[in-house]
Amino acid sequence: MSTKEWPLWEVFIRSKQGLSHKHVGSLRAADSEMAIENARDVYTRRLEGVSIWVVESKLIAASDPKDSDAFFEPAEDKIYRHPTFYDVPDGISHM
Amino acid sequence: MNTKNQLYNYILEIADDSLILGQRLSEWCGHGPILEEDIALTNIALDFIGQANNLYEYAATLSENKITPDQLAFLRVDNDFKNALLVEQPNRDFAYTLARQFYFDAFRKLFFEKLIDSKDEQLSAIAEKSLKETKYHLKHSSEWIIRLGDGTEESHNRIQTAIDFLWKYTNELFEDNQAYTEILDLELGISVSALKSTWLEYVHSILTEATLTIPNSPFSQTGGRKGIHTEHLGYLLAEMQYMQRAYPNSTW
Repeated sequence: MSTKEWPLWEVFIRSKQGLSHKHVGSLRAADSEMAIENARDVYTRRLEGVSIWVVESKLIAASDPKDSDAFFEPAEDKIYRHPTFYDVPDGISHM
Repeated sequence: MNTKNQLYNYILEIADDSLILGQRLSEWCGHGPILEEDIALTNIALDFIGQANNLYEYAATLSENKITPDQLAFLRVDNDFKNALLVEQPNRDFAYTLARQFYFDAFRKLFFEKLIDSKDEQLSAIAEKSLKETKYHLKHSSEWIIRLGDGTEESHNRIQTAIDFLWKYTNELFEDNQAYTEILDLELGISVSALKSTWLEYVHSILTEATLTIPNSPFSQTGGRKGIHTEHLGYLLAEMQYMQRAYPNSTW
């Protein structure tokens, strides 16, 4: 029996029209066609989506957790980047 | 046989194909070659059992005796079942399972495409709903035939063996049953013999793409539609019907 494993794929599902695709998990498949079908069976059997994207996991470039102090921490004390310093006039709801 | 009676039996035939194949596929639950395919096969199994349920429910309303879908599924003996021999064939291995599925899905898609035009509204509605599922089943099984046939030497040999072995059960799917002449005349049901050439064309195209040899043995097995089955159906029913036989009228 072959011990070779099929490549890993990341699965993205659009839950309804107008929303973006969201990462939902990963699975193994021999090719992209099979990956989409497996994603359909594993991730959309309860009507979770209207569209599926799959991408081979090895093709995703990711940030390195080692770099997180340089990457993300500098944003911690920059609260002025949130638009929270405006006076909202009375009567404006949903802000 | 009056028309209502013919229609009842005609629907049971379609339902039995679905139920028995659904039961066969469900045997893969927890045994699939990979988790994803395990779920795919059991999803498909549930589609078939859902189709059977819809059809039995409709058949029950046509029956002269008070009968329920559960009684139709769990309390008939093997000679009462009118499924084709193909669907009762054991899973054996993944190749046999997919070859059986491929032959049947290719037939079922053509069958439901035509049955949508049935003058019987209920049957037409069931065909329309089932066709959507069947299109996916056929896509799934066709791709596996290509993948296995055009895969490794091992997978190629195994799927070729399965394709050759099950070939003798395919012709039965296209035998028009003389008992249903009225059903065909009234355009409630369809002639299956008319589907054969399109089926052959499709099967040939997939097998060719899969680099497989197309079987050409003229020998064929038949009998399922008359209730004469292979030895395998009895074992399947024993397992499927065990609960209702051991604990009559039990529910959950």
